[in-house]
Order: sequence, then C-alpha cells, then structure tokens
Amino acid sequence: MNENAHLLASDGDGFILDPEDLRAIEHERAHYEQPQAACIEALKIVQRRHGWVPDGAIVAIAETLGIGPAEVEGVATFYSLIFRQPVGRHVILICDSSSCFLVGYDTLREALSSHLGIGFGQTTADDRFTLLPVCCLGACDGGPALMIDDDTYGPVAAEDVAALLEDYP
Amino acid sequence: MATIQVDGRSYEVDGKDNLLQACLTLGFDLPYFCWHPALGSVGACRQCAVKQYRDADDTQGALVMACMVPAADGSRISIEDEQAREFRASVIEWLMVHHPHDCPVCEEGGHCHLQDMTVMTGHSRRRYRFRKRTHRNQYLGPFIAHEMNRCITCYRCVRFYRDYAGGEDLGAFGANDNVYFGRHREGVLENEFSGNLTEVCPTGVFTDRTHSERYTRKWDLQFAPSVCHQCSVGCNISPGERYGDIRRIENRYHGEVNRFFLCDRGRFGYGYVNRDDRPRRPEWHGETEETVTLDVDEALDRGADALREARRVIGIGSPRASLESNDQLRELVGQANFSTGIAEREQVCLTRMRRLNRDAGLPTPTLRDVESHDAILVLGEDLIQSAARLGLSVRQAVLARRERLAEARGIPAWNAEAVMTLAQDARHPLFVAYPTATGLDDVADRCLRQAPDDIARLGFAVAHAIDVKAPAVEGIDESTKATAEHIAETLLAAKRPLVISGGSLESTAIIEASGNIARALATRGRRGGLMLVRREANSTGVELLGSRPLEWALDELTRGAADAVVVLENDLHQRLPSGRVERALSAARTVIVLDHQRTSIWERADLGLPAASFAEGDGTLVSLEGRAQRFFQVFEPRYHRPETRIHQGWRWLQALRASLKRRAVPDVTLDAVTRDCARHHPALAGIVEASPSADQRVSGLKLARQPHRYSGRTAMRAHLDVSEPRPPQDPDTPFTFSMEGYYGFDRPRREVPFAWAPGWNSPQAWNKFTDEVGGHLRGGDPGVRLLEPTEDIGDYVNEIPPPFTSGVGEWQVVVLPRLFGGEETSSRATPIMARAAAVRLHLSEEDARRLEAEEGDTLVVETSLTRLSLPLRVDTTLPSGLVGVPAGLEAALVTGDRAWLSLAPEGEEEPP
Repeated sequence: MNENAHLLASDGDGFILDPEDLRAIEHERAHYEQPQAACIEALKIVQRRHGWVPDGAIVAIAETLGIGPAEVEGVATFYSLIFRQPVGRHVILICDSSSCFLVGYDTLREALSSHLGIGFGQTTADDRFTLLPVCCLGACDGGPALMIDDDTYGPVAAEDVAALLEDYP
Repeated sequence: MATIQVDGRSYEVDGKDNLLQACLTLGFDLPYFCWHPALGSVGACRQCAVKQYRDADDTQGALVMACMVPAADGSRISIEDEQAREFRASVIEWLMVHHPHDCPVCEEGGHCHLQDMTVMTGHSRRRYRFRKRTHRNQYLGPFIAHEMNRCITCYRCVRFYRDYAGGEDLGAFGANDNVYFGRHREGVLENEFSGNLTEVCPTGVFTDRTHSERYTRKWDLQFAPSVCHQCSVGCNISPGERYGDIRRIENRYHGEVNRFFLCDRGRFGYGYVNRDDRPRRPEWHGETEETVTLDVDEALDRGADALREARRVIGIGSPRASLESNDQLRELVGQANFSTGIAEREQVCLTRMRRLNRDAGLPTPTLRDVESHDAILVLGEDLIQSAARLGLSVRQAVLARRERLAEARGIPAWNAEAVMTLAQDARHPLFVAYPTATGLDDVADRCLRQAPDDIARLGFAVAHAIDVKAPAVEGIDESTKATAEHIAETLLAAKRPLVISGGSLESTAIIEASGNIARALATRGRRGGLMLVRREANSTGVELLGSRPLEWALDELTRGAADAVVVLENDLHQRLPSGRVERALSAARTVIVLDHQRTSIWERADLGLPAASFAEGDGTLVSLEGRAQRFFQVFEPRYHRPETRIHQGWRWLQALRASLKRRAVPDVTLDAVTRDCARHHPALAGIVEASPSADQRVSGLKLARQPHRYSGRTAMRAHLDVSEPRPPQDPDTPFTFSMEGYYGFDRPRREVPFAWAPGWNSPQAWNKFTDEVGGHLRGGDPGVRLLEPTEDIGDYVNEIPPPFTSGVGEWQVVVLPRLFGGEETSSRATPIMARAAAVRLHLSEEDARRLEAEEGDTLVVETSLTRLSLPLRVDTTLPSGLVGVPAGLEAALVTGDRAWLSLAPEGEEEPP
C-alpha cells in the first residue's frame, strides 16, 4: 500500500515494455527462485531493443519483477555495459587494460577519437558511433584490441581504423 | 567464554563475538565504519585492522579485519602494533580522499563518527592532489537532508534501510569510486524508519532536516532522558534543546526496548513543543470579556473560586498525560468524579488487554525479546502504523531465521553478508490478519484481509485448533478452518510462538481471540508471548489507574449532575463526536482545561492552564509492554521566555487543590507525587522504582543535562539581562540545567541524558555505556515492568461473533491507524503534516463500482451527527462491505454506535 504516492516524483515516463520483451523477461524470471536474479537479463532484453535502458524501463522492469526500482537501478548502473544513456547505432569499446596499454592503446584511442571527433562517453552527431573504454576484452594476445558491437578486433593499427569503421554504417 | 590476548594482556570475552565486538566491549578504542552493532560485519571498510598472531612464537603476525575474525579462545592480537596503526591511518586517508573539508558547515560536525575515527587514527593531512568526485544531491522529503559528497561508501545506509528496515526505495548506484546512495529518482523516502539513517550514516550524508531549520551543535544542546509520547511503545529518546526550543530528538539506547532505532513519528514529531501558538500563560475566556492572560496566583484564585461555586466537579484525565498528572486530577475531584478521558469502546479493549496480560498464561515480551520469537501471528494490527518500532522488531524476528540457518552451518550471526547469502528468502513464519494491506506484508507468509469479525473468528478457530478445549467456531467455512489449522500447527511447531493483537480495530472479540490462542499455547506448554498494542503513550497506565470512560463524564455534565469540569491534556473532539462533547461542555458552568496545545477544547474553556509537554515536564508513562518509565524535563521554559507560566499538569493540579482549600500552595516534587500515585493504586506500586529519585548522586554530583563543552551560557540571555542568572534549579530530578554535574560513562547509571565518552561524540558512544556492544546499559535498562502473568490461566472466552456480512447501502467502519497524521500531538508538527498522506476513504473495488465512483472521486459520508466530503481511494486489498477511515478523522465521522455509515458520490446523495 503506497500511501506516499502524492509525494513521489512521477515514475515511469509512460514507458511501456514491448509485449515480446515482457514475455522474455517473465520467461527469464521463471528460471530463478528470486525475481531479482532475473534483473540483469531483463536489462539486457530492454537494451537489445532500444540500444540502451531508458529511465522508464527501470520502473517497468521493477514492476514486472516485483522488486523496487532502486534495486534495478543499482544493477543497471553497476555494469558498464548496461547503458543508461542513449548510445549510437554502434558502440566501440577500446580495451584500456594493462596488456593493451603496453602495446599501443593510447595511439589507437587517439586515432579513433580524432577520426570520429568524439571522446569517451560521447556519440557522433550522426548517432552512428559511441566510444567507450572497457577494462578487458580477453584479447590480450592481440592487443591493442577493440570491440565494435559484437565483433572483436586486434591488433588494430591506427591506420586501419577508417577502413574498419566502414563496415558499420 | 573465550580468553583472548590483546597487546600482551589476557581478557575474558564472549567467544561468539568477533574481535571488533570483543575489543569494543572491553573498552578499547578501535576505529570502524561498516560494522554496526545491529547490522553485523561485512568487512568492507578495512578500518578495524589489527595484528593477529598464530601463537606465542609468532612475532611476525598478520593484519586481519577485527570485525571478520571470531574472538576464538586463545586468539592473540595487537591493536597498538605499528603496522596495524599505519594501516588504519592509511585507510582513513583514502576514505577521506573525496570527503569535503566542510566540517564547520556540516550538520554532522560534533556528533560525527567519521570525525571521531579520523582523530582516533591520527590522520590530519591530505596528500591527494587531484579533483574530488562530486555528486548531485536529492530531495528526500521533509525529514532527511542529503549531501552525497560526504559519503565514504561504507554501505551502512542501504544495509539498514533495505536489509534491516525493509525499505525498497534507497539504493546503491554505480561502481568503483563512483558510488551513489539515494533514491532511483528524487522524492520522499518511503520507509517509516528513514530517520535512523541520520544516526546509522557515520558522516553527514543523511542529516536531520527538522534540526537543520534552527541548527545547534550537539555540544550546545541541553538533553534529558525522555520517553517518546507518540505511541504506546515507550521508546527512549534524548531530546536536545537550545534557546527554549526542542531542536532534535536522538535515539536513547534502551537494551530491552528501542535499542538503536526509532520510528520517524517519534524522531520528527516533536514540532508541537515549539509551536508559536502554544498556550504559555494562563488564559481566562470570560463570557463578556476578551481573553485575559493571568499570572499564576490569579489563575489559581479564579480557578478555585469557580470550582468552589460548583455543585460537583468532574475531572477528565488523559492517556497522553503522565500518571502523576492523572492521579493529581483524581485527587482534586475525587475518585467518584474522575474519568480516564478514554472513549468507552477503547477503554473496554484496554481493560480486556490488561486482564489478558495477567491471566492468558503467556508473558509480554520486550521489543528485544520479540526478536527471538520464531513464529508470529498478528491479529487485527497494522503494526507499522500503530506501533511502528514494534513492527520493526517483528521484522527482525521474521528475518532471524537467517541466523538460525547460519548457526546450523557454523556461520556466526555477525557475518551479515554470508548469513544473507545463505538464507536468501528464508524467514520465520508470520501471519497477518487485517482488513487491508499492512507494512509487514512483504515478509509475511500469509496476509489475510478480512473484516474485524472474521479476523476474530479466525483467531478463535486457531485457538480451538491448538487446544480442543477452546471453544469451536460454529459455521466456519472449510478454507478458514484449513487456514486456522495451518496457523495452529505452525505456532505449535515453533520454539517460541508470539501472538500480537491490540485495540486498533476496537474489537474485543479480536482481543479475546488472541487471549484464547495464548491460553491454548500456554495449556499446551509452549513458551511463547502475547503482545497487545495500545494506542497512546500512557493508555496502559491510565487504564491501570482505572476509572469510568469519557462518555460517562460527558453524560454527567449533559444531564446536569455536575456543573464544572477539569480537562487534563485531552482534546475531547479527537475522541467523540463534536456535538456530544459540545453539549456536555455547554451544560457545564465552568470548564477548566490544562494542556500544552491550543486545542479546540482550550479555546472554549473558561480557564486554561498551560501544562508542560514532555519537554518541560516530568512524569511516568506505562508502555504497551507494561513498563513504567519516567521522562524528565529537558529545559526550564522560563529561563528563555520569562513571561512563560508553563508547569507540569500535576503541579498545577496540586496547586489548584491547595487553593481550593484556601491553603498555601505547597512545594511539591515529582518524587512526592509519584509516591502518592503509587500509594493510591496498588497496581502502580512499582512506579517509584521506575527511575532513581531526585537525590541520586554519582560521585557526589547531580547529573549534567548539558555536555561539558556547552557554550554561550553567559551570553544567551544577554538580550534580556546582562547579568547571567543562576541556572534554574531542579527539585524534581537528579539532573542539573547545567554542564556542571556528572556526565561520564564509567560509573554505571540508568538514566543517561546524552551519550558521550572521550573520543566518541557520535551515537556510537552508546557502546561505552553498555555491558557489551548491543547489550544492556551497565546501570540497568530504565523502567520497571508492572504486568506479569499470574500462575492461573483464565478460562477460555466464548464471545465468537457471527461471520461478517455486508450491509445494504451501509458500510462497516474500520479506523486505519496512521503513523503520520493519525496521532493528536505529532499531527501538529509541520514535518509530520507534510509527510502525511491525503485523507481518503478506502473502499473495495467492488463497492466503488457499485457506487459508480472512481479513485479520487468525492464521496459524501452521512452519519446521524455529521456530513463530510472525502475523496475515494480504491483499495484492492479491502474486503467489500467495509469502509476504511484514516485515524484522526474518526471522531467526527463515527456516531456513538460507531459501526456503520452510509456513503454516496457527491451530488447524488439523497436530500435530507
């Protein structure tokens, strides 16, 4: 019984889960004893459709799973690959961990940055690319490595960058 | 027990503790953050590092976190070890990396655990040269202010709020060095115990907004040991005063009652003490003259004259006034003319509850003891609304199954994260029967939403299922029977079953049903408990004092059998319909009112005498547990406002009695009136022992109400008089209105105005006053219990009501207690008014449909006395045929028979 409804900021922003996503989340939920265990999967389902997790989706997921929005938001903000702000059509993750750092991560980052005209956490004006650091891609044998959407590349030389991006319209 | 060696010396400790608990209990100053006596250990902050050695030959040792290592027999540790000291200093240094240098303007300053720990470790210079991370703060409602930049990421806030108190709307967001504690969106913190964040947070992230308005450092506040007046639980509080106003209320540790935590009504509901419109001088409201303010002698003369002329004087007491004041009123008017001031239906319930406390065979547990029961049935109470702190204890009892499971696997109870991970959702069984959703439903096994009569029938059926000699419920349906049997089996299977009921629904049937269950459990030899919830701070006490209900008093006046009335701290309009109250008061020639609030009764009194609130007065209250506890005056109102003529109710009444007899007003003291009250009422004989008398001394000293650093005393009255007067004297208590007096922790004492120990300015200083961390006050926990069960178990009661049936065009009223807005005095505090939900009538979906009304539509309520328009709340959990009325309104709505009323959508009601 929420007696404080009158005191709360309006939640949800009218966001409605896509029926297919709702089904998928409920399906995931059935796998676990505790509904909060399905939280990460629910966030991934929403992100798959929207590219990111809009504010209203946090409330919608919380209601679907029967847990508080603060708990969902806690999970969403903990994981760097759950995006709580809009991203471009393609997300570029550059590995900045120690192996890649030793073999030219800096050069690669600068090449990408100057080619796209954006820094970390930013999206190109045409909404095509978002540039983010990632702590390790498990591709240490091929550093400096990066990942575009689901594809891992490495080693990537600064001069290869332009050609590489052409595959992601 | 275990023997451990600390820095080469041997000590006996409890082997079930961890090393941090053991060290603190032994009195060592070992710094810590994430550990809290009520929340256990998570080993996150790394602050309590000590050196541990394998054996006598081990000279190297290894650093361990004291909070994560059991105090096993033979442990050898060093707190003073150089490496451990350096480690602790460096931990503070990095915890402080982002912490702002804002102590001078931070409201935590002076009672800040982080300050204390920083000083303790010796860190004094920042070497970090980079940008600090900063955060935006949130609006969290009228109680709590938010300043995230001060956070040191100890996680105590969410561990209290979510894991302990069951709140859902506070979270930890982000990761690494960018963690944010707050709501997912700005808004009011919903949990009813949010105020504890101000004490749980080791620094100034969450601070008391009500204090912020006129802020004073802890060392500049004057404190007294007090008892919360906002419900019947009897939590111990330390109100702090400056310049004649209460500035904040802190938790006062009581090992058996509230321990570390208060509810938000108790902590933030004090604003009525400071209201500008409070009566501070006697007032005469004559028929022809304007209001005249009087001095004390004049007021007493006029009062005595009026009473002398009266043929017969009725005295109306109050369950929110002290036993002493009620007893002095009874002395003034005589037993034959004294009423408790409680409405009959409530008083009948109180009497039944008192009897059950004696003859139902099960004792009333303390709040601490509630937490060790392993199956709980709640009949007819929404505890979070009616006795919130008790509700918090019930939650701990239910969650305690975690610790049982952990114990079975050798995991110590203090290892909080391991215990939670192991137990997941495992809980002790809790059943809640109430007409609508309650604040404990999220941890309940079964929530039975039923009409009061059906709740009673369920209760009687449970008793019968436990012991066949208990009367059976006739015509019981199969599903109720199955539920009752399941509950009965669960209670019987428990080691310590607990039955909780009370007067909230004003149903004697529910109370007697809980009594039958208790008797059945006792008959079957179960070591359980019975807890019965009363409404107001002194409901239990005034019922023990005993007398006739309010209706009787009003009738005597109305029919002219008496022509004068003295009303003590009681706004009668809150209890019975206004028409009835008005008729009685109009019939009286003289109405004298004592109160600390300008109530509607005060306004229409001939003579008003300004009584002390808990802040300016002393007295004794009896809590729902049957514990008599003394509250002590925090400050002398005349010191800052010399025109004030506020006195304790009992002092006024004693003086009025003397004036009536044309005697000189005697010098009466608290101890004398307490002794009188105890002598007059055998049931209350124990109250003298509830606290030390005024002649108690520690090291030959009275006890200081002010910390020794209290500043500005010579200047604070300079606008009135440049020469500083002698501090007010206090003949009633062992406390001084001064920093002079004993304030230490090493001489055990029961009544502690404020907790302070060298190096410990925060509420964590309470660990210095207890026999072990989280244990009992070394001087004994305050109060004395009056209601213990007798050997003889009373007979089963057979007052089983028929099943509830909906009326036609009529609804049965259920009054729903409200933590915020449902209590007379705290509803006069601005922050509580801001927090209270809008008043709405609750109706089931089906009934709303039948009335063709929707959420928010205005409904018109008709009773024989009044007509009221209120918005509708469609309550999907409420059974049809009931209308839920929020507490605080019921007196206006409910007629003498109170049970039923009619409703119609606005504009469609029948013409009168």
